[in-house]
Amino acid sequence: MAAVAENYKQSRIHPHKLALWIAIASIIMMFGGFTSAYVVRRAAGNWLEFKLPFIFFINTAVILLSSLSLHLSYIGFKQGKERQYKGLLLLTFFLGLVFVVLQYKGWEELNAIGATFTVNPSSSFIYVISGLHAAHVLGGMAALTAALTHAFVLPYKPTQRRLNRFQLVAQYWHFVDILWVYLVLFFMLNGS
Amino acid sequence: MAHVETAVETLEDKLTQELGYDDHFHEHHHGDKYQSNFLTTYIFSTDHKIIGRQFLITGIFWAFMGAAMSIIFRLQLGFPEADMAWLKPILGKWIQINEAGIGKLDPEFYYSLVTMHGTILVFFVLTAGLSGTFSNILIPLQVGARDMASPLLNAFSYWFFFLAGVVLFLSLFLSTGPFSGGWTAYPPLSALPQASEGSGAGMTMWIVSMALFIVSALLGGINYITTILNLRTKGMTLWRMPLTIWAFFVTAILGVLSFPVLLSGVLLLMFDRSLGTSFYLSEIVVGGEVLQRIGGSPILYQHLFWFLGHPEVYIIILPSMGIVSEVLSVHARKPIFGYTAMVYSILAIGFLSFIVWAHHMFMSGVNPFISNFFVVFTLIIAVPSAVKVFNWIGTIYGSNFRFNAASLFSIGFVSMFISGGLTGIFLGNSALDIQLHDTYFVVAHFHIVMGIAAFFGMFAGIYHWFPKMFGRFMNETLGKIHFWGTLVGAYLIFWPMHYTGIAGVPRRYYDGGASFDAFRHFTDLNKLITVAAIFVFFLQVLFIVNFFYSIFSGKKSKSKNPWGANTLEWTTPIHAGHGNWPDRIPTVQRWPYDYGKGGVENIPQYIPLNEGEHDHGHEE
Repeated sequence: MAAVAENYKQSRIHPHKLALWIAIASIIMMFGGFTSAYVVRRAAGNWLEFKLPFIFFINTAVILLSSLSLHLSYIGFKQGKERQYKGLLLLTFFLGLVFVVLQYKGWEELNAIGATFTVNPSSSFIYVISGLHAAHVLGGMAALTAALTHAFVLPYKPTQRRLNRFQLVAQYWHFVDILWVYLVLFFMLNGS
Repeated sequence: MAHVETAVETLEDKLTQELGYDDHFHEHHHGDKYQSNFLTTYIFSTDHKIIGRQFLITGIFWAFMGAAMSIIFRLQLGFPEADMAWLKPILGKWIQINEAGIGKLDPEFYYSLVTMHGTILVFFVLTAGLSGTFSNILIPLQVGARDMASPLLNAFSYWFFFLAGVVLFLSLFLSTGPFSGGWTAYPPLSALPQASEGSGAGMTMWIVSMALFIVSALLGGINYITTILNLRTKGMTLWRMPLTIWAFFVTAILGVLSFPVLLSGVLLLMFDRSLGTSFYLSEIVVGGEVLQRIGGSPILYQHLFWFLGHPEVYIIILPSMGIVSEVLSVHARKPIFGYTAMVYSILAIGFLSFIVWAHHMFMSGVNPFISNFFVVFTLIIAVPSAVKVFNWIGTIYGSNFRFNAASLFSIGFVSMFISGGLTGIFLGNSALDIQLHDTYFVVAHFHIVMGIAAFFGMFAGIYHWFPKMFGRFMNETLGKIHFWGTLVGAYLIFWPMHYTGIAGVPRRYYDGGASFDAFRHFTDLNKLITVAAIFVFFLQVLFIVNFFYSIFSGKKSKSKNPWGANTLEWTTPIHAGHGNWPDRIPTVQRWPYDYGKGGVENIPQYIPLNEGEHDHGHEE
């Protein structure tokens, strides 16, 4: 019955997009829960202080770059620049992969300075929050894989249906990007 | 009468043809392809009407399980000296036979029963069974949609719920027993596998079950909101939506915003259990062994838990409020009193439910000055609640009321909601909680206001929409016996608990406090409560018999609109296929509560306004 939803074109936003936004609201609440817990726990004292690994900041640049390349790929898709569309989509996926690998390096760095997973809630929080964020990036990469399949398997055809699907992927990807920027700022301001 | 009905239905067909929204549905034949055999029609269906019924029947199964558990622990509380050996065939090693040959309920298992009763009733019955059932059946039908925005995710929502149920059910058979630390799963009992028998594998399965349940609730909620915002038929403005839809809408928003926070809390709990972190643990000695867990705070878990936990009680009660508003108005043959005020009070309750969670924690070491804020916001909830009660009474007042099982249960809901709501005002005061917290007063309060009341709303909905769900009626006589017996019985169970609670009898005690001199004189009251509970339990069995008997052999519904209601679900065929309307979708011309307007008994939503007629539901 997927066609059921498609039948309604009453100048409202596409139901799948609205569903994505609600899901995003729900993810925001989850990370809101984590970061509030962090603040409450930190205020209670016995809090290990350490510096964030520098890799986290490099990674911020990586994920921002990936958003930019995805956006340019989207523009390429709309304007009929097939090579720009396909190439930058591939680059985005690659940057996502780099992000996840570098996050892992970041955790290793944390571990090396003694901020291990179990030593104190201050470091446990970093691993849990950034780990769950990475899980959401992986989810985004799964969506990108679907988009890549569309790009390289299907013949190039910017239909409304494919535009909608692309927008869904792009919006989610930009969301996990912004989420990471928020998290890094949060960690910096609430000095771990 | 038959003649009039035919005339009305012809008019309906005519109007649907003229004004209906044509989405070329009949050219597609979606339904048939997917509903070709028994499995795809009744089991792995993506039709919201089937999924709703799946939620309902699964919910009934769990309600029976949860109620049966409560009977076992009520027997223990009412008759602690009695021989329970006869339960050995069911409970096995949880009944211990002592030297005198008398069977005793294992104390550890008593806590498991209480924990499971709470988990099952709160999540599986009153969340999934209630909002899952009626959101699914009514949202697309009442807003005029072919199905949910994503029928597939909707089916997943049911199957995740089903899986959550399977995991919890299997945990009942663990040799160490299911989780026993209370449905709130506070650490350290829930965080340390060595804390109690049920904290091991039982708790692991409880967490897995909860995680699956949260996924189910989120998938469902996202779908409900999207469908309501996006797939309403032409003319169905927000201010023309039936109050059921408003209630389901706000319920879904609460779920989507609060369940993720529970997921955060539960994830941290998982890490504490399995990976050695100390989010919730600090300086603990278990069985003489000092644990190397430092720096955590169990209060943190309580904050995260109740940030869901409080909206959760509104997730439970709001659907019932919506159902009751609709059922009362239909059977009173009067417009709902104060529709706009009803909508704003639903919104107000939804908003306030997010800023009162710490009233569950007044006695757990929360700063008493911060408590003051939570007291104030908690007491403010009485305002929209009272508005709603006033409006329900206003709806019934002076009406030509049709007394049947559905409408009686709606009145019963109002009665329960008042009784239980008033004790909420007691408990919302942090100072009174010094005496009342964790006593039977609390048990009485929440059972009446969100247990019995929510159940009454659910019963009202089942009796009312049974003809829509199954094309037949439930037996009215049995329904009325069910109502009067349950009403009297439920008050007999929970009214006395207020007295024992004010006297300070603590909840969760294996012997109900009988080993304390101060509480010994309540023994007879405890017996009365247990007898009443057994009586009410058998009445619910009667309901279940009536329910299943009526599915197959109830009186057939001959009209599409047997109650003379105005909402769109009654414009679909008696046995509607996937897609709900065989041809065009009716468009909406007016609000849903035109009963007795201008001398006409009811004017359905698809009938256009006369020239110069004012639409009550539409805000200009």
